[in-house]
Amino acid sequence: MSIIVGGETKLAVSGLTGREGSFHGLRNKAYGTDLVAGVTPGKGGQDVEGVPVFDTIAEAVTEAGANTSMIFVPARFAAPAIDEAIESGVETVIAITEGIPVLDMLKTYWKAKEAGVRLIGPNCPGVLSPGKANVGIIPAQFFDPGPIGVVSKSGTLTYQIGNELKQAGTGNSSIVGIGGDPIVGSDFIDILKLYEADPETEMIVMVGEIGGDAEERAAEFIAAEVSKPVVAYIAGFTAPPGKQMGHAGAIISGSSGTAAAKKEALEAKGVRVGESPTETAAIAVEVLRGL
Amino acid sequence: MDLLEYQGKQLFAKHGIAVPSGEVADTVDEAVAAAEKIGYPCAIKAQVLIGGRGKAGGIKIAKDAGEAREYADAIVGMDIVGPHGEGPFRVDQVWIEGGSDIAEEYYASVILDRGEKKLLAMVSAKGGMDIEAVAAEDPDALVKRHIDPTREFTVADARAIVADAGLAEDALDAAAEVLVKLATVAAEEDANLIEVNPLIVTADRDVVALDAKVTIDGNALFRHQELAEIADTVDDPQEQMAKEKGLTYVKLDGNVGILANGAGLCMSTLDVVAQAGGAPANFLDAGGGSKAEAIVNALEVIKSDAKVTAILFNIFGGITRCDEIAKGIVTASGQIDLGVPLVVRLDGTNSEEGLRILAEADLPNLHQEKTMLDAARRVVELAGGAS
Repeated sequence: MSIIVGGETKLAVSGLTGREGSFHGLRNKAYGTDLVAGVTPGKGGQDVEGVPVFDTIAEAVTEAGANTSMIFVPARFAAPAIDEAIESGVETVIAITEGIPVLDMLKTYWKAKEAGVRLIGPNCPGVLSPGKANVGIIPAQFFDPGPIGVVSKSGTLTYQIGNELKQAGTGNSSIVGIGGDPIVGSDFIDILKLYEADPETEMIVMVGEIGGDAEERAAEFIAAEVSKPVVAYIAGFTAPPGKQMGHAGAIISGSSGTAAAKKEALEAKGVRVGESPTETAAIAVEVLRGL
Repeated sequence: MDLLEYQGKQLFAKHGIAVPSGEVADTVDEAVAAAEKIGYPCAIKAQVLIGGRGKAGGIKIAKDAGEAREYADAIVGMDIVGPHGEGPFRVDQVWIEGGSDIAEEYYASVILDRGEKKLLAMVSAKGGMDIEAVAAEDPDALVKRHIDPTREFTVADARAIVADAGLAEDALDAAAEVLVKLATVAAEEDANLIEVNPLIVTADRDVVALDAKVTIDGNALFRHQELAEIADTVDDPQEQMAKEKGLTYVKLDGNVGILANGAGLCMSTLDVVAQAGGAPANFLDAGGGSKAEAIVNALEVIKSDAKVTAILFNIFGGITRCDEIAKGIVTASGQIDLGVPLVVRLDGTNSEEGLRILAEADLPNLHQEKTMLDAARRVVELAGGAS
């Protein structure tokens, strides 16, 4: 097992004919992901290095058997593309695109909920299940298969922590980038639920950052519903209030959304929080060895 | 992107919400001329992006031309520090508006609730003061209701909220209409936060927005031409320069210049530098797939901040290739005189090649460290005491 993507994934990439979409889509294929289709309106019938391109995601589902959609469409066209994916019949939609207006995502979020489709992102690096499948832009070379599930708002920070885990001789069941936008399809809680149920995952590393209250909500959920150990890291202790720190969602509003409050909420529920990515990986390894 | 009070009020007026009429002024003379035109009493209000202006002396009521000049003279150019220590914010503009005959002061807002994935309407009969304090002291005084994203938010919905908040009976209809219009501003202008404090009832029983705090979603500016023009005006010279070069940069107060790739890693780098006893001068995310040119641009921006006494490059290459970063550093050092030590930590994709390029270039004042923590300690040591 692993979560969200794996051997059963049949991937359709919206935007496969674009520069970024083809680069990453083909990288995912080279890793072993079953890339069954590309989707670009008006380019149906073409192919990208042998991968058939369809006009719609629905066609990719009926013609090529796609069950997972990855969205690599420019920001101002991305919300309609996600909506199309939600209605197409796929089970999972992974949106990589950064810069989608938040109120568009708000509507899209509820469409996905209603349709029972799992939406990951937007503004995320995707999902990697080491040794099985990679959907997104996560560089797979820094991650080995193993018992630690990772869920994170950040890309590079996760690569940093993953690489330290690999150097310590361990690895991951899956790595899920949930994204750095104010509204994302899946929050920490949604992914914690999946890891809790996944027999291959023995413990969880959660990487959060300033803004919103997803970490505080996760702390409550962990105390109530998660039996596996969770180790966390929070970025942004030095971020000033009112300033957006790169991610659209990484902003302290007044006195809410601070790193200190998140750390406190997690520690109050018994979650150990590392001071740096290095210390977080070290704590994870220590916890794992104690299991 | 936050709007100044008068920009928020202009947005309200566009959507039919009553606001006092007024004029914006950049100088004391302009302010006095505006006051003469509007008549007395009039309010002279500092236009800065921070709350607590009244307490800081940034809002005064003038009864005649003499007072208008005296207050404008005091407010234009003053520095205002926010309630959480933000700033200081220099007052470059004042807003002059007609004095209002206030009978009641309420609070109304529509904000994005990220956790619930819905817009949240909040109303209180206790307006005109710090709403967080009101909510902490008397939670029942602040009525909070989510707006159902799947259907229209009606006047009837809004009326139930303002009635529950205990607003005056004869103001309920007008207040409900304002609340619906605030939700319309949120939806049509891509505002993630709209706060009116106070929302007043005048002696004539009109409901008027006496203040406006509006935050527009920066990702939606492509469909709001007028708001996009406001976003183009940035006060800070480094932030302006970074914007022109397409970099994600936030100016901070310290002396350690920082560049990292990825927002999360960059925030983490700031934290680790602070833990090592240093004070970060900025946040700068070089982004994924950074190329040599981006590195040159980034160094120019960081270096233009005179406070910077040492710079840290913390790169974990994923999509970003460390050899590209190294080439960028070598190119940049040929084009600009850094004049301060540069600590570089390269790890991840093509890091060996990157390290080799840097070693061969043998740049003066360049220090390599293997880990993020060692790099942070080194740069703090080289930067010297906090400025």
